[in-house]
Amino acid sequence: MKRRPGIEANPVECTRQEIRFLERRLLLKGALSVGALSLLSGCDITDEETVHKVLWNMSRWNDRVQMALFDPRRLAPTYAESAVTRPFPFNAYYRESEAPVVDGDSFRLELSGLIRDRRPWSLAELNSLPQATQITRHVCVEGWSAIGKWSGVPFRTFLERVGADLNASYVGFKCADDYYTSIDMATALHPQTQLTLRFEDRTLPRSYGFPMKLRIPTKLGFKNPKHIMAIYVTNVYPGGYWEDKGYNWFAGL
Amino acid sequence: MTRGVAGHSSPGSVIRVHPLTVRITHWINVAAVFMMAASGWRIYNASPLFPFTFPRDITLGGWLAGALQWHFAAMWLLVGNGLIYVAYGIISGHYRRSFLPISLNSLLRAFADTLHGRLSHAVGEYNALQRMAYLGIIAMVILVVLSGLVIWKPVQFQTLGALMGDYPGARLVHFFSMAAIVLFVVIHVVMVLLVPRTFVPMWTGRARKPL
Repeated sequence: MKRRPGIEANPVECTRQEIRFLERRLLLKGALSVGALSLLSGCDITDEETVHKVLWNMSRWNDRVQMALFDPRRLAPTYAESAVTRPFPFNAYYRESEAPVVDGDSFRLELSGLIRDRRPWSLAELNSLPQATQITRHVCVEGWSAIGKWSGVPFRTFLERVGADLNASYVGFKCADDYYTSIDMATALHPQTQLTLRFEDRTLPRSYGFPMKLRIPTKLGFKNPKHIMAIYVTNVYPGGYWEDKGYNWFAGL
Repeated sequence: MTRGVAGHSSPGSVIRVHPLTVRITHWINVAAVFMMAASGWRIYNASPLFPFTFPRDITLGGWLAGALQWHFAAMWLLVGNGLIYVAYGIISGHYRRSFLPISLNSLLRAFADTLHGRLSHAVGEYNALQRMAYLGIIAMVILVVLSGLVIWKPVQFQTLGALMGDYPGARLVHFFSMAAIVLFVVIHVVMVLLVPRTFVPMWTGRARKPL
């Protein structure tokens, strides 16, 4: 089950596919016209834009449902060391050889937004904070899953340390590979949400997100940003790389 | 031994075989199952469980994110409609009248009758094989929904997930219950093609007892 992000995940490819399948989808909608779409949307089934709008609105509705279902104290299952998937799959919208190279010595994590103390953090400073380890299941939006061992600073500890506004709605992430995503504050404060610095007791390798990633065992894989360069806290919906293309934003497990 | 929906009526008379709620929820369910299956196949293709994928032409959504949007929109239709149907079936006595009793004996007898080409097909009354098929498909839809819940929320519904072998187990349960539903649909449609006079009553609710 080797996944090259290529076919399903490459954004350029997706756009081309979209066009290629437009005709087919119109055909499919013709087949669906037996009340199905009108029941679902209550609107003109010949209108491609309307269908898209309904599906996007349903996805926003599902965000709210998931927020209600999310129990901030329920822990994701943890596993024995022997259950760890080896080799742990690489996954991104580019090939493994194209993963960004970040210089750990000069690296400074940038903070902005609703945070009291916004001075940048070096890796050494982050390593001096309290650390925790988890063996949890990473679930990809594509369907596959893998168990890994991650260590780092509980994200809640970090947010409290820098004086983030814990009543704000979102925490956003900007990454060295131009990836970006955002999560809800409730998930950011979940006890297993982790600013990860190590994978299997070694410094987080480049493939898995050096210098740091955010590990969230209560969210799908694409909500676990790698190569984080900047973190910000905001009340303005920040979206995300895949989320803006159509993946569900909350994506909770 | 059994009472049909119609009770006792004379040959040639028009009887009500499908209650209105059953007819409405049936056709909504057709649309919901179609959307769930076609988008689900597209999602399956993103990370196949087995060494095959579904032909793109019969999938819905265009790409993974589109298929997921369809799947997680249509699930409300499937579940909402299904809850109405099951609640109606239980409260109105429709299930008790149409599907019960069902026994191993009656099933074996119906099976033997089939082999001998004399399985009963009384209008307004289901034979034991039909009863088993309809109860079975209800169970399969419940299973596909429960395993879908575990795949969607393996952390929040981890107790239910533990019964299915965690997240990877739930994917298998979801796949095979889907396969069972598709198999049912194929047989169901073939049966209607073989006995076309059963089609119109699913819209009108009425059928004429043979003379």
